Amino acid sequence: MSWNWELLGQTGLQFFGKMSASISHEIKNVMAIVNENAGLLEDFTVMAEKGLPIDPQRLKTRAGMIMKQIRRGDEIIKGMNRFAHSVDDPLRQVDLHETLSLMVALSSRFATMRGVTLELEPPLAPVPVFTNPFFLENVIWLCLDFAMGSTGTGRTVGLRAEKTDTGATIQFYKLQDLAQRDTGSFPGQQETALIEALKAGLVLYKESGEMRLALPAQAGK
Amino acid sequence: MKVLLVDDEHELVSTLAERLSLRGIQADWAVSGEQALALAERNSYDVAVLDVKIPRMSGLELKRRLNLARPAMKFIFMTGHGSEDDFRSCAAETDEGCYLVKPVNIEDLIRKMNELLTASEERP
Repeated sequence: MSWNWELLGQTGLQFFGKMSASISHEIKNVMAIVNENAGLLEDFTVMAEKGLPIDPQRLKTRAGMIMKQIRRGDEIIKGMNRFAHSVDDPLRQVDLHETLSLMVALSSRFATMRGVTLELEPPLAPVPVFTNPFFLENVIWLCLDFAMGSTGTGRTVGLRAEKTDTGATIQFYKLQDLAQRDTGSFPGQQETALIEALKAGLVLYKESGEMRLALPAQAGK
Repeated sequence: MKVLLVDDEHELVSTLAERLSLRGIQADWAVSGEQALALAERNSYDVAVLDVKIPRMSGLELKRRLNLARPAMKFIFMTGHGSEDDFRSCAAETDEGCYLVKPVNIEDLIRKMNELLTASEERP
């Protein structure tokens, strides 16, 4: 089967750009909070120079807030680095749960903006698949984007990765509005190109509000 | 001057409010559009400083709704992105230049708020 490289390339670049912009927004927020706390510490210093008493606890609290944001920034940058390295190899072994964790972290701001909670189930065992990591992340994002619009009043997307006889599945569930949604355009051309490239399959279970992405154990062999 | 700060980053707005209060500016803060609308129902503000992107309701939508409740209120947008798109949409919604990119310099913010209020007082 020949892949639609033009569509895969365009879809991949859009995805990479969207995630990069979101990460930069998150880092800007971290910097803004550090900036305000550092500014407040400076304000306290000016007050102290004028002879006004400063409670040491206030200084300690602000220092703690700065350290918390440094840890948050560090986690964001670690995720960004993992995401950037997902294009290193066209095929490699990945743990599906780790990939889902990364995508949940990268998508969390989009979910927050839409008032949706992403609930990732802890794995019972490792879920290894030999696949294209970037295509996998891309199709997970497109499925998540669709799933976030199908949550109904529950405003939650449940996610789990499981090993199967032929490979693994990712389940998107708690999609209360899936039965009501017009699913004629999903999966669309972009999702279909990625699913074919991954030798995967996507099935929507409207009645139970679930979507399952089935992946072969070895997509490249 | 009385200011309403709106951003979903709690630590950002609460700290900015504390810094403004040290400079003699009374500032309330909200972490959602709904909270901001509730505060504006109860209190009158001279200026609202809004994040462009807040959960469930965009900063632009919030500005329109606050404007309906408080027509005299002035607006400044804050954004983490500083993208051309953000600038264009904010410029269309506010007086020219009412747009600051995070992290914000507090003196720039205060200057911008004073300029807005002075301009509205001078307007016939």
